[in-house]
Amino acid sequence: MSVLIYAENQNGKFPKSALEAVSYGAEVAAMMGTDAIAITCGSINGDGGLGNAGASNVWVANAPTSDSQLMGKLIVAAAAKANANVIIFSHDVAGKMVAPRVAARLDAGLVPGATALPGADFVVRKNVFSGKAIADVAIHTTNKVITVLPNSLGVKNTGATAAVEAFAFDAGASRITVKEVKSENKDGEIPLPEAELVVSAGRGMKGPEHWGPIEELAKILGATTACSRPVSDIGWRPHHEHVGQTGVTIRPNLYIAVGISGAIQHLAGVNGSKIIVVINKDPEAPFFKAADYGIVGDAFEVLPKIIEAAKAFKAAH
Amino acid sequence: MKILVCISKAPDTTSKIAFTDGGSKFDENGVQFIVNPYDEWYALVRALELKETIGGTVTILSVGGTDYEPIIRKALAIGADEAVRIDAAESDSLYVAKQIAAYANGKGFDIIFCGKETINFNGSIVPGMVAELLDLPFVSLANKLNVNGNTATIEREVAGGEEVIEVNTPFVVSAAKGMAEQRIPNMRGIMAARTKPLEVVPAAAAEAATSVKSYSLPPAKSGCKYIDAENAGSLIQLLHEEAKAI
Ligand SMILES: Cc1cc2nc3c(=O)[nH]c(=O)nc-3n(C[C@H](O)[C@H](O)[C@H](O)COP(=O)(O)OP(=O)(O)OC[C@H]3O[C@@H](n4cnc5c(N)ncnc54)[C@H](O)[C@@H]3O)c2cc1C
Repeated sequence: MSVLIYAENQNGKFPKSALEAVSYGAEVAAMMGTDAIAITCGSINGDGGLGNAGASNVWVANAPTSDSQLMGKLIVAAAAKANANVIIFSHDVAGKMVAPRVAARLDAGLVPGATALPGADFVVRKNVFSGKAIADVAIHTTNKVITVLPNSLGVKNTGATAAVEAFAFDAGASRITVKEVKSENKDGEIPLPEAELVVSAGRGMKGPEHWGPIEELAKILGATTACSRPVSDIGWRPHHEHVGQTGVTIRPNLYIAVGISGAIQHLAGVNGSKIIVVINKDPEAPFFKAADYGIVGDAFEVLPKIIEAAKAFKAAH
Repeated sequence: MKILVCISKAPDTTSKIAFTDGGSKFDENGVQFIVNPYDEWYALVRALELKETIGGTVTILSVGGTDYEPIIRKALAIGADEAVRIDAAESDSLYVAKQIAAYANGKGFDIIFCGKETINFNGSIVPGMVAELLDLPFVSLANKLNVNGNTATIEREVAGGEEVIEVNTPFVVSAAKGMAEQRIPNMRGIMAARTKPLEVVPAAAAEAATSVKSYSLPPAKSGCKYIDAENAGSLIQLLHEEAKAI
């Protein structure tokens, strides 16, 4: 028996979400008294840091990561070789694509977006109702699949190195042809679902031409930018920045919301944030009820003061 | 083109979320149910647009009890041709996927549309399971979809960006924002929906692979600390020293 973890390799690097999945798998393996084996595709440097995240072995395969069907086959083959009955993914794009296929193939119960380690009897905690509630979900099947919500549990570093070996796999022909890949994120910007720091703005900014201070603050803090739904609907900002119940769900360490009223649908996607800062000129804005820190004031007067302080802080640290 | 659109029922986005029976059941008291937004706004509307440009039929499929019928009628009012309700409790994703797959198998659907995820369970897993059970390609988190003959060109979310792919029918796709614009049903649509066929089929034999043991609410915030706007810069110090967030 063992625990198998799929670790998504992004051009030779493992994003934090992948390391979190490995770390989660390693803790589940420790609970079960067995090994955590990570599988990945493409080329990696050494063990890619997966040993430090808790994997005892890293298997490297060749498979088209854009094809969920072939990736599913790969994971099922690896699970058979590893004799794994628990399979872990990140609840990221790859996890959402491949984990359900693996679960269906192995007739396994799947808990998507776990926010805690399984308890006794494999009861796994996850957010439901778009973050407005929590559910404890029991898995009844012998085979079990879990996807781990990014930015929920962190990575426990072990200081160890994993044994790396190639995993032979003949994927066969893909039924999906990739025509073009477009990168959305600006250089070095962390994608929203993984971001630890987020600076977000709403209709209170009055127009797309006023986003300068939002981007500047984000840049100084190393944060990712986000927005409310109407802002992306009217085209002030790109769709992928839209957070909330019908957009991206995020749970960063810090969420700074500027000129956003805090409608229930917006809160649903962001209330998992550890610290929420609300800047709004209306003291009655509902967002203040969900905030840790609040500033009642005009964004255009408040932001320059914060930017100045942030610059000074970064210069000193 | 023969299109199947899987729709789920979800509480209205403004609903108060509460639980009964010792936290084991969602409290439906006073809750208004809607078609899950991803299923309606993006999957269904794009399916209808395809039908309008290239012809074909759009069938709605739901797994649920009689309480599903109002939202199925709404989907018909927006423009779907017919509907099927699989008479089963939607207890678990794999169970629901097995019901959908059992129904769709051998019926010759060219595209099976699902929404990206439901706003009540936030799983994003039923469509991939359906694809696996039917041995079909699966395109996840798609935000643009065009069809030319039997080839679809689809734009979808990938880590850090987007990818344009091509796939031949039949396939399963999960629809995300960008795919289409919401449509409000008109009076004629609502009238017509009353007489459109709604077939009820019995559930296929399957077992739930998971079950919710209990629900709870997230801990409430302890309260907001206000900072004077004049002194807004002190926020950074507080975030560093007190909140340890930067
Ligand atoms: C089914 C459904 C799903 C939805 N999903 C989402 C979702 O996923 N995400 C989402 O965000 N919304 C969603 N919404 C929309 C949501 O209900 C709100 O309409 C939206 O979040 C409001 O956006 P906003 O706060 O930017 O704009 P507004 O509500 O217009 O608020 C603007 C705020 O800016 C403040 N302001 C104005 N000027 C200034 C200034 N100079 N300085 C400081 N503050 C200022 C105002 O006081 C106000 O509070 C959904 C709605 C529905 C019905």
